[in-house]
Amino acid sequence: TSKSPCLPRLVQLSHLHTSPNSQAPVPALPEKGGKTRHGIIPEEIFQLLYPKTGVTGPYVLGAGLLTYILSKEIYIINHETFAAACMGTVIIYGVRKFGPDVAAFADKLNEEKVQKAQEVKDLAMTSLAQAVLDEKKEQWRAEGRQMLFDAKRNNVAMLLETNRRERVHMVTNEVKKRLDYQIALQTLHRRMEQEHMVNWVEKNVVTSITPQQEKTSIAKCITDLKVLAKVQQAKATA
Amino acid sequence: SLDRFPLGEKRLMDVKLGELGSWLGKRDFTPNGVLASIRNGHDRYYNKYINVKKGGIGGVAMLLVGYVALSYMWEYDHLSEYRLWEYDDLRVPTTYNIIHLKAL
Repeated sequence: TSKSPCLPRLVQLSHLHTSPNSQAPVPALPEKGGKTRHGIIPEEIFQLLYPKTGVTGPYVLGAGLLTYILSKEIYIINHETFAAACMGTVIIYGVRKFGPDVAAFADKLNEEKVQKAQEVKDLAMTSLAQAVLDEKKEQWRAEGRQMLFDAKRNNVAMLLETNRRERVHMVTNEVKKRLDYQIALQTLHRRMEQEHMVNWVEKNVVTSITPQQEKTSIAKCITDLKVLAKVQQAKATA
Repeated sequence: SLDRFPLGEKRLMDVKLGELGSWLGKRDFTPNGVLASIRNGHDRYYNKYINVKKGGIGGVAMLLVGYVALSYMWEYDHLSEYRLWEYDDLRVPTTYNIIHLKAL
């Protein structure tokens, strides 16, 4: 029966959100409920009658009503009245005596429930915050991709360079070997020619020495040696 | 100050006494409307007295007192046999007391 919720003081919306799209947090439960006097009469009755009848108004109203219903026998006193009175006494005594303890116990239970939910929420918050930090770290890491690619590019360039230099060395060595071979070949040629020529000249000279020349040279050598020996002897004795 | 709002949407306490009949006529008595009003009343009572952090016995006690009163009203015809005096003539005791209570 609620038609338009924006007009003031109309039929009240319920306490919690009804639309699924609302992002606002749910408001907390109220601390205390509606006040009641003596546990069964809402405080509003007393507030209603206070301007006209003061503080004792509702009590006088209650007393008058009680007298009326008793005298007209709208409330009939029978055996159940006694049972109701006994039960009422016991209930009131029990509530007065054990009420605060039971309330404290119930509050403790509620506390524990709330604490458990809070723990779950805190755990979820910390884990999600940690996940956010990790995600940021991953994003920072992803920015370093450029450096990774540069390093890889450097590696590849170095490999290519090494390969090129190896091949250049190989080419140099091969060419040098071939040139060395040619040089060795030429040296060999020259040496062989030289030796051959020396041998040929020697042979020719040796064959050109006639026996006559040989005899005269030997005789000269002997006379030279004798002179040298005489000179040496003279030197030794002198 | 509340005159410019349509009559059917005002609350009971804001309706003037003379307009009560027409206000009652404008209320929604379809089954859906009745269910909605029951749900509304339940939500108001529940959110005011029970769905709180530190509720007292008032929330439950009022329901129990209401239940006691309602059951007394439903049993009144049966209980009226145990009356002490007849309604019309207060000097005459009821038949139950004449037959069953020898002390009278």
